[in-house]
Amino acid sequence: MTYATLDCLAPGQGATVQDLTFPAPKRRRLLDLGFVPGAAVTALQAAPWGDPMAYGVRGAVIALRRADARNISIVGK
Amino acid sequence: MREPSYIIALAGNPNVGKSTVFNALTHLHQHTGNWPGKTVAVARGAFSYRGEDYAVVDLPGTYSLFAESAEEEIARDFLCSGQADVTLVVADATCLERNLNLLLQILEKTHPVVLCVNLLDEAAHKGIALDLTALENALGIPVVGAAARDGEGLDALREALRQAVHAPLPPPPRALLPEDPEAAAALRMERAAELAALAARVPEDAHRWDRRLDRLLTSRRTGLLAMLALLGLVFWLTIAGANVPSQFLSEVLGGLQEPLRALLLRWGLPAEVCAALCDGVYQTVAWVVSVMLPPMAIFFPLFTLLEDAGYLPRVAFNLDRCFQWAGAHGRQSLTMCMGFGCNACGVMGCRIIDSPRERLIAILTNAFVPCNGRLPTLIAVLTIFFAFSSGSSLLTAALLLGAIVAAVGMTLLVSRLLSRTVLKGTPSSFALELPPYRRPRVGQVLVRSVLDRTLFVLARAVMVAAPAGLVIWLTANMTVGGASLLTHLADFLDPLGTLMGLDGMILLAFVLGFPANEIVIPILLMGYLSTGSLTDYQDLGQLRHLLLANGWTWQTALSAVIFTLFHFPCGTTCATIRKETGSFKWTLLAVALPTAVGVAACILLHLLLTPLR
Repeated sequence: MTYATLDCLAPGQGATVQDLTFPAPKRRRLLDLGFVPGAAVTALQAAPWGDPMAYGVRGAVIALRRADARNISIVGK
Repeated sequence: MREPSYIIALAGNPNVGKSTVFNALTHLHQHTGNWPGKTVAVARGAFSYRGEDYAVVDLPGTYSLFAESAEEEIARDFLCSGQADVTLVVADATCLERNLNLLLQILEKTHPVVLCVNLLDEAAHKGIALDLTALENALGIPVVGAAARDGEGLDALREALRQAVHAPLPPPPRALLPEDPEAAAALRMERAAELAALAARVPEDAHRWDRRLDRLLTSRRTGLLAMLALLGLVFWLTIAGANVPSQFLSEVLGGLQEPLRALLLRWGLPAEVCAALCDGVYQTVAWVVSVMLPPMAIFFPLFTLLEDAGYLPRVAFNLDRCFQWAGAHGRQSLTMCMGFGCNACGVMGCRIIDSPRERLIAILTNAFVPCNGRLPTLIAVLTIFFAFSSGSSLLTAALLLGAIVAAVGMTLLVSRLLSRTVLKGTPSSFALELPPYRRPRVGQVLVRSVLDRTLFVLARAVMVAAPAGLVIWLTANMTVGGASLLTHLADFLDPLGTLMGLDGMILLAFVLGFPANEIVIPILLMGYLSTGSLTDYQDLGQLRHLLLANGWTWQTALSAVIFTLFHFPCGTTCATIRKETGSFKWTLLAVALPTAVGVAACILLHLLLTPLR
């Protein structure tokens, strides 16, 4: 098992959300979008300038900026 | 209208066709937008079913009831207030798991609730097998499947709502949730996942077409190219398609001017009044209709098609890096896109940005993208001076695309300037959903965008153009000290106009066009006509003659394009900015910023180009 943050995932790679290290309101928002501990995420595709990245989570596609993805720790499969 | 018997609250995630359900139920054609948080104000509609009246309140689309955004607050407050007799939750059949999370939150707050699983057609296309009976049994609330765009399932939905208010099922047992809100959220997610697994069998490759399209439309190699190509295609179709109907309309409407005058004279109206009505009011309105209507009637539907297909969030995704650089919010590209249609709508749309600082940046810079009222002016000037000899609409489209890219670039530059000076702060985080692509309903898009948007915008322009035409005719025909009032005003502005590579009359046309950008060219026309020797216009060729006769060169045209892109927002937009910011100071800045940029750019260009003469 490897530990990292979400922004380390390259397109096509998947992992499991471990924790979110945002301050409360942002944390809440991302939880509601499906980034809960234990959820499976897959990096799908980077935008033309490499940032943001689109992630597949809970059957939806959510784009996050790299700076934000850095605050989500993941466990590799 | 009669007092409704029952009130229905309509809730759901963004992009699930909630507004389509609302429209289908109420026949009130509220405009749907395929980007998160489009419904920023609460819309109301009504319908009758089996002799009873129902009011429908369309709550803002949200992912949750608990986060701290304006939209979620509106939705939460309304649901908790108990004003609704029944809550209708709309969910996307292709993305049940995430949608059910909101449903579970709503079930904790209110009763009775009816679930509408919408977009069954899209789910069938993706090979997703649904078992709504299983879902109904597990949830203990009525579940109705629908494809609202085709009107499928609506009768069942009305019947389910009727039963829910008359003989509601007993409330489903409340899930026992831990005190800690985050543990509760995680548990809710788990339950949503279980329910989704029960109700939907999603094939491994269900979303393969979305991924393929995304690879084409948002990847490093092809994303930006595809975006420019799409926008260029929209412009080209608009320009090429508008030529013939524009000419036809101006011939027909122009041909009616003299018969109208004869009719008015026959009624015994004084000749001056007839002239004011025909040459002032009628001619201005005729110009606005013939020049504005065709491009609008083509541009709006095409733009709505892209919007309907789910492309606009991809634009936000592609451009987000630029907005990060500018210190602006990622959703600003969406409000910018709304500005293409109408800057006042764009400014209002800035409500989708939560952070006050970033919202202000988006509001202050919205007028930097040319609205639909300015596109025809740009098209006319670009065609006349840069693509006239070749007559190529492709060339005009390319030039227009260049102008738009410049406008977007300036938006970013000014946003960055603002975020580094008066509106300092760190960009807030945001999560952008890239919703599934949908096959747009061409017929519906046509009807909706022509009826709702085009005619609305046109009616507004005509309403402004009619009195403005009268005022301008009066100023052009009232003489003070040997020259018309219009000439005096133009002479007064001439030094600044000349410095900017324009002339006093052009500048005056922009100033008098403050009520609506659509009337800038008609004013200019009337100004030139009243002072020059030409007395008639029919098409772009004659407009070209008129402009050339008044000393226009390609440099004048370039300056006019720049000033069309960057000048004070129109009256409606200013009023909207005042309303949205609640501050006179910010409104003033919103006026000053684009004006300063336009004046400075024109002067700079003029100084740079002077040695060439």
